[in-house]
Amino acid sequence: MAHVLTRSLDRSATVFVFVVAALGVLIPLSNLLLPAGSPLQVPTYLVALFGKYACYAILALAIDLIWGYCGILSLGHGAFFALGGYAMGMYLMRQIGSRGVYGNPILPDFMVFLNYPKLPWYWNGFDMFWFAALMVILAPGLLAFCFGWLAFRSRVTGVYLSIITQAMTYALLLGFFRNDFGFGGNNGLTDFKDILGFNVQADGTRAALFALSCLGLITGFLICRAVVTSKLGKVLIAVRDAESRTRFLGYRVESYKLFVFTLSACMAGVAGALYVPQVGIINPSEFAPGNSIEAVIWVAVGGRGTLIGAALGAVLVNYAKTFFTSGSLAPYWLFMLGAMFILVTLLLPKGIIGTLNAWWEPWKAQRLTVAANVISAAREDGISESGMAE
Amino acid sequence: MLTRFCRKIRALPFAALLIFASVLPVMAGPFEDAVAKFANDEFTDTDEAIATITTSGNPRAYAIVSALQDGRLSADPDTKKVYITQSDGKNSDASTGAPVASIPDSAAPVRLNNRLRRTVEAALGALTLQSPDPAKRIQAAQSVFKAHDEAMLPAVDSALQKETNKSAKLAFSEARAAILLFKEDATDAEKLEAIATIKARGDQEALALLVGLSGEQPPAIARAAANATASIQSNLAMWSAVQNAWYGMSLGSVLLLAAIGLAITFGVMGVINMAHGEMVMIGAYVTFVVQETIRTSYPGLFDYSLLVAVPLAFIVAGAIGIVIERSIIRFLYGRPLETLLATWGLSLVLQQAVRTIFGPNNREVGNPSWMSGAFEIGQITITYNRLWILCFTLAVFALLLAMLRYTSLGLEMRAVTQNRRMAASMGIATSRVDALTFGLGSGIAGIAGVALSQIDNVSPNLGQSYIIDSFMVVVFGGVGNLWGTLVGAFTLGIANKFMEPVAGAVLGKIAILVLIIFFIQKRPRGLFALKGRAVEA
Repeated sequence: MAHVLTRSLDRSATVFVFVVAALGVLIPLSNLLLPAGSPLQVPTYLVALFGKYACYAILALAIDLIWGYCGILSLGHGAFFALGGYAMGMYLMRQIGSRGVYGNPILPDFMVFLNYPKLPWYWNGFDMFWFAALMVILAPGLLAFCFGWLAFRSRVTGVYLSIITQAMTYALLLGFFRNDFGFGGNNGLTDFKDILGFNVQADGTRAALFALSCLGLITGFLICRAVVTSKLGKVLIAVRDAESRTRFLGYRVESYKLFVFTLSACMAGVAGALYVPQVGIINPSEFAPGNSIEAVIWVAVGGRGTLIGAALGAVLVNYAKTFFTSGSLAPYWLFMLGAMFILVTLLLPKGIIGTLNAWWEPWKAQRLTVAANVISAAREDGISESGMAE
Repeated sequence: MLTRFCRKIRALPFAALLIFASVLPVMAGPFEDAVAKFANDEFTDTDEAIATITTSGNPRAYAIVSALQDGRLSADPDTKKVYITQSDGKNSDASTGAPVASIPDSAAPVRLNNRLRRTVEAALGALTLQSPDPAKRIQAAQSVFKAHDEAMLPAVDSALQKETNKSAKLAFSEARAAILLFKEDATDAEKLEAIATIKARGDQEALALLVGLSGEQPPAIARAAANATASIQSNLAMWSAVQNAWYGMSLGSVLLLAAIGLAITFGVMGVINMAHGEMVMIGAYVTFVVQETIRTSYPGLFDYSLLVAVPLAFIVAGAIGIVIERSIIRFLYGRPLETLLATWGLSLVLQQAVRTIFGPNNREVGNPSWMSGAFEIGQITITYNRLWILCFTLAVFALLLAMLRYTSLGLEMRAVTQNRRMAASMGIATSRVDALTFGLGSGIAGIAGVALSQIDNVSPNLGQSYIIDSFMVVVFGGVGNLWGTLVGAFTLGIANKFMEPVAGAVLGKIAILVLIIFFIQKRPRGLFALKGRAVEA
């Protein structure tokens, strides 16, 4: 384990882990300990906002893992995110107990409202946190496994795969909008009260959730680093750059793809689960195909094939979104976002971090005379000289 | 069968009624006496007055009874004059219709009780049965058919005797059959004939009528009714299948129209154009602008607005397409996933631009007169706009097919699709072909927008609702083959509409999406896949 850690942590990765960890500790402390109104105190709404960004960053890591390192462009990762969110939401709904509007001890409000005679079978067990936590990983993981098994086995690749992942999330969107699906229809799940006995609205809980999201981000980052720096990761990059050639060399390409796709879906599920208690609602609009594509652009902006870039891109783009949509600039946000899609793909195909790395490399090469270091660093950063084409 | 039945009805002795109905209008006296009776303010007199007026055949009868129903009829007990207050506030004399400056203060509205209100309703029904407009008569007969009120029998009989219009006559005989079927003292023979007539009608309402027949019937009638019910049900099932097929064709034509341009760009250039839906939307907005211009400047030409809009939408969307290809897409060839993202971004920009210019709300695009309305075949209704769109789609498809086959651009496009490098080395300017292909695909999307503006809301989100479906069509049908797109669109459309009654609209759509996902596993390159080296290129 220690060996994996040392191998996967180069200097920039260490810096990233420490920065996220420091933020995860300092922001909650400043929110809870400093008096309100102090210039250094982070208000609670910002803690929740940053928590949201951290969850998005985990989702971006998940997408980068399959897109940046394996060439699978999923336009349906929002579906895994939302499934994890729904699993968490179901737990939170069961925790409301008899405090709902209708005061039914078992049935959530919307079920009373829609005349459900009893709890649907798939809601059983969600009153226990461990079961819900398991489902957060299993539900998206299982869907991704089945979907990936079917798709990769029959060698659906490239844009075809992108389009059917989009169809998958679209189908789920339509399904979750239905009232008789048992997930609250278009209102989704909301009005949460407690998580593990703590009030979800309380400052302390919010700070803890933020710290947990940062911990999730670090864990996700370390897992991704471990995968991409391992031998497995080298095969993934080979699949990305020349799938047929890798297959002819004797690797079972579909198994590698299936593994990484499922892992990525599980990560997205965890991100969704951390996201829901912080925003206080999960509804079918999370399945909208537009959301999934937006998540892809976070990765593209930050730098595809650089894990730090993916996380950074998620935070940057979402900060811009918050900045634009909360003021008088709101009508221009979609212009901005659209322009970002176009300009990044045209002018900045490596993303911010990838471009910085490309500038950095020659300078570093001059400074360090040992050429071998450069090559290994380039490999570890996942920048392959043959470009990003699949 | 039916005509024989009608002839029998004609032979029935309703002479007394016939005389009653035809002679009364000549004698003006009783009508005016009856109108004056309203002034007595006695319910029994009012009742008699309604009965006399209804059967009088006087052209003022309908106005008087409907005024009575709405409380707009007032009477002066002193002068025995009766007045109507029209809905526009003017007053007139009830029996002559002559305008009156003002109603005297001594006049009071004619009162009704619940029993009279029912009488008034029945009287109004009977009066519309005598309306000079055959469409109104048929409508009245339909409502009698549904209500099958015994009290209407004499009125229906007399109307049937006088009727000359063929379809109105049929409606009356059906209404008469419905009444007889439920009439306590009708003979068995009458009831059997009534069942035969209703069976011949064979629609949902006929079925409801037969099912509503109570259990205590003589066995012969019960048997006949059961037979008729079964026959109507199987007839209706057949028609509902036909209807589903028609709706499916209609949906398929819309899908084909939206997907056909996509099939060209995707097939020839391997470019996923996520902004394709926005080209459709732009076409719809071109229609809106054309219609607005025509409405303000040349209102008489409104019916031709679509004829102007179709070429204009093609040019506008096609030009935008060429600009997009030259400025963005050509830098991304060979990177299909990046193209997908860039065009998605473009779609956001275009949507927001249209939202900024035209506002976020739906814009009203009218149907020209030759596209509105509907006609019936058997038990299904076919609207003209859907029919026109189907024809239009097939015409566009045929035109495109011909273009690909017989023009030099088509030849070049096919060559580039099959083997880009070989085509280039034979002297085809592939980048020019790419730009023109993209323009053509976008232009056809614009034309699709003109057609879709006729059946869908014209809003900035118009394109988004079609993009996923269009992709499904292209992926299902196979890339690089227009016939695949045709078969794919109609298969998906018809499958969707047959699934809908079974699973509901949303579940049906989900089922289709899931089926396509499974289908892709079996045939990853669609129904009509290109074969040979081009596939791996």
